[in-house]
Amino acid sequence: MKLMTCPINGTRPISEFAYWGEIRPAPDADTCSDDQWAEYVFHRNGAPGVKKEWWCHTPSNTWFIAERDTEKDKVLRTYLHGDDK
Amino acid sequence: MKRLPAMPDEWLDRSRTVRFRFEGRSFEGLAGDSIASALWAAGQRSQGRSFKYHRVRGILSAANHDVNVMMQDGPKLNTRGDVVAVREGMDLTAVNTFGGLANDKARHLNKLSRFLPVGFYYKAFHNKRLFPLWEKMFRRITGLGVVDFSTPHIRTQKRYDFCDVLVIGAGPSGLAAALSAAEAGASVVVCDENARAGGSGLFQLGADGARRQHTVSLLQQVKAHPRIRLLEGTYAGAYYADRWVPLIDENRMTKMRAKSVIVASGAYEQPSVFRNNDLPGIMNGSAMQRLIYRYAVKPCNTAVVLAANADGYRVALDLLAAGAAVAAVLDMRASVPASPLADALRAKGVEILAGHAVYEAHADGKGELAGVTACRIDGSGRVVSGSQRRISCDGVAMSTGWSPAANLLYQAGTRMRFDDLLQQFVPEQLPEGVFACGKVNGVFRLESRITDGQRAGLAAAANAGFEVSGSITVPAETESPSHAWPVVAHPDGKNFVDFDEDLQVKDFENAVQEGYDNIELLKRFSTVGMGPSQGKHSNMTALRILARLTGKSPQQVGTTTARPFFHPVPLSHLAGRGFSPQRHSPLHGRHAALGAVFMQAGAWERPEYYAVPGKSRIDCIREEARRVRTAVALIDVGTLGKLEIRGPQAGEFLNRVYTGRYDNMKVGATRYAVMCDESGVLSDEGVVARVADDVFYFTTTSSGAATVYRELSRLNIEWKLDCGLINLTGSYSAMNLAGPASRKVLAQLTDMDLSSAAFPYLAVRSGTVAGIPARMMRVGFVGEWGYEIHVPAEYGATLWDALMKAGESSGIGPFGVEAQRLLRLEKGHLIVSQDTDGLTNPFEVGMDWAVKLDKPFFTGKRSLQIVRKMPLKRKLVGFRLGENHSGEVPKECHLIIQDGDIAGRVTSISWSPHVGRFIGLAFVLPSMSETGTAFQIRLTDGSMVNAEVCDTPFFDPKDERQKEIE
Repeated sequence: MKLMTCPINGTRPISEFAYWGEIRPAPDADTCSDDQWAEYVFHRNGAPGVKKEWWCHTPSNTWFIAERDTEKDKVLRTYLHGDDK
Repeated sequence: MKRLPAMPDEWLDRSRTVRFRFEGRSFEGLAGDSIASALWAAGQRSQGRSFKYHRVRGILSAANHDVNVMMQDGPKLNTRGDVVAVREGMDLTAVNTFGGLANDKARHLNKLSRFLPVGFYYKAFHNKRLFPLWEKMFRRITGLGVVDFSTPHIRTQKRYDFCDVLVIGAGPSGLAAALSAAEAGASVVVCDENARAGGSGLFQLGADGARRQHTVSLLQQVKAHPRIRLLEGTYAGAYYADRWVPLIDENRMTKMRAKSVIVASGAYEQPSVFRNNDLPGIMNGSAMQRLIYRYAVKPCNTAVVLAANADGYRVALDLLAAGAAVAAVLDMRASVPASPLADALRAKGVEILAGHAVYEAHADGKGELAGVTACRIDGSGRVVSGSQRRISCDGVAMSTGWSPAANLLYQAGTRMRFDDLLQQFVPEQLPEGVFACGKVNGVFRLESRITDGQRAGLAAAANAGFEVSGSITVPAETESPSHAWPVVAHPDGKNFVDFDEDLQVKDFENAVQEGYDNIELLKRFSTVGMGPSQGKHSNMTALRILARLTGKSPQQVGTTTARPFFHPVPLSHLAGRGFSPQRHSPLHGRHAALGAVFMQAGAWERPEYYAVPGKSRIDCIREEARRVRTAVALIDVGTLGKLEIRGPQAGEFLNRVYTGRYDNMKVGATRYAVMCDESGVLSDEGVVARVADDVFYFTTTSSGAATVYRELSRLNIEWKLDCGLINLTGSYSAMNLAGPASRKVLAQLTDMDLSSAAFPYLAVRSGTVAGIPARMMRVGFVGEWGYEIHVPAEYGATLWDALMKAGESSGIGPFGVEAQRLLRLEKGHLIVSQDTDGLTNPFEVGMDWAVKLDKPFFTGKRSLQIVRKMPLKRKLVGFRLGENHSGEVPKECHLIIQDGDIAGRVTSISWSPHVGRFIGLAFVLPSMSETGTAFQIRLTDGSMVNAEVCDTPFFDPKDERQKEIE
């Protein structure tokens, strides 16, 4: 079982975490076309590489960002939202 | 008897004799014997039958790979006789025989082998008409052991463990690694699958006591070290991500998390390939050494040693020391390297023949080894014709090569490289935190293995965060431990490569000829490596054969995937208790006392209905519903998600997450709330109550509570609005008092003004009920005058009791989820995730009114704007069956059929006492959604039931029941 490091609670087994999805910028809802919006809502990029994702340590309900290399199956770093310095 | 005098490291307890039965005959062994060693000591060399041709087989490896010596021990099937300790009273039979080992009726398959070519399964199944015939036959002749269905159910506990450094394998390199890691300060666990640690260090001796001393000393230090735990009889079953290794012992699985893992698992000796290499008496050299030094059993009286490395020479010396004669050492190498081992053998008069191999082995009348024909081979392994000569012997030791026990290294993602000098795959790039030492790392000389272990131990300790100094270099090997072509061709075949699956050299030739010339294809077509030993003694030879046939190098051919588990693990070790949480409401005890029949609702156990003695389920449910409609009843709704949001921007937050408007609500009001996801699909619903200017209390569905709270927390972080979210789901108990008499009951317990003017429909009020501070909402999910009362969880039971007592004179009773479902259906209220699915948008279920597209933003708005422009694909409507419907009633999910096509499905259905018919909700095509439209529902058996679209609510469409009557 993989390990994940919560910025608040430290390194814990992956079963304590929930994955939410990649952080993707939404197009401007007021100006984008329907097709652009549909692309945003329905299409995900599954290509391997470094992804920035939302993760939650569920017992403590701590949300944070994980940078994950999906090609090497490795978590590069984790930090709270806004702490990306 | 072939029992030897006591050996220094033997596993035996000579004071205890063990009596057991095998194939109906009585045997005696010593405590500590394996089943196979006890039988061998008693002269029983035939111990099982092979899988396909039912040939007699004996000991091959004595290392847990002898799958032809598997036995049934009562309900325990497929017991590995070569390693499982014999116990008093065992009654054993060989698996995979028809009528016993000696007279196996299937033994004649051996003579029919040419009709069972490689891939015969696939070929047999090619003909559709004959498929059932073949299937029946194969099912009968395949499979090992007999399952005893009365086997008791065993629950095995799991254990969790942690250490800095886990060492897999307690041979010389593993012990050395453990010591250096522990010396550096690490807490170390060493496991070994054998009953006793020491590995090859205690049996590959070449009759040299000094050699043994290295391991004895290491073992003493390891056992005495305060930071080392030694786990014998425990094997590492697999490698999972981030150094997570299941350790399997006889009784349980321990899930071990280590900071560093050292794989010191050694190597499997590989059988040489020649005709009849499977006769009982022919075994790996290391198997003979195990018999001698672990069990003090003399493997044979006269041996021929087939060698291609120094290990074979040591086997010959060990055999001599055990009192066996060595008729010849046949060395497959072109010349014998000068060594003290060869000198010692020659000094004892043993003939060493370089460039020789076994051409074929000969059986006696029982099918056991009686002698061999030796031959000369040329530089490329071809038999030199006319060189054959016969040698009598009752034992052949095969010592021509090894294959690394790299299964866990592969699972960890190690890149392996084929080393031409060693003729072995060795780790080229190890994953972070994983280390290898000893034979699995391509290091074979004993002194080098110990050095290599020390090197790995220090590296592993450093990886675990301990300070280490100095570096250790391991000298390169100079002699190859493995022969590049341990195969001797024979026109009559039966030169086995895979003993599990009875695969001969020609099977590989034929498979390649048929085009299966890739290692993965070859494996699947020929089934090589797919038997119980998973190719531990066959994959390497198969790879060599494929490489030679296709003109590739072993590196180019590559290996197949090594999957968990390392050995077959009893299912009882793997099965266990589930760890999914189960939640009980604070009123659970009250429900149980009232005879509740519980149902699973997400993580919750909720009362489906309350059983009344002598009444059927359906009658109980209808009675509960009748009580709500005519008197008063109480339901526990504490499973609802209960959230509170506080702060100046709390209203704005709700505006963004729900489709409606909440910032304009008055304090004391409630409003229905629908949540959509980004694609506009309806995801949750609830009621929002404004309890103060900057405080909203709101509910979610029971099943959605956890995910809604989680997602709202995330959005709050992302949006940074000035508000905070609290999850009160577990902190509050909630119950719904419903029915015409509910106000009268509640009035006895509160001095609040319950008049419609002071506490109108859909209002929220705070006050005390039965002396308990409470939040009350006048909501009407079931369509009656009622109060949803929320109190701190610890007061739930007190309030329940108070309401029940106050309602006694009004005929109060509890009602469960089923009655509530019926009552809300009569009101036409949908249940999210029962009447909606993962594609339902609010417009399809008639909730246009709840969607405020004029708001600046809410989750799902942009998508709903697009959906709005498109024609509806389906619509949720109410329907009813015919007045006098008899026969089977449609169920939820039964399809609605129009002109032979699917036009929708039933989402809810129930008998309505009020309507006097079966009523329900269903998705239908928009063209069928007009009131009065007739349609047909298809039952499971294909028959059709007539139904008709009708208006909802079915009951009290104008909410008259919410109006004050007085």
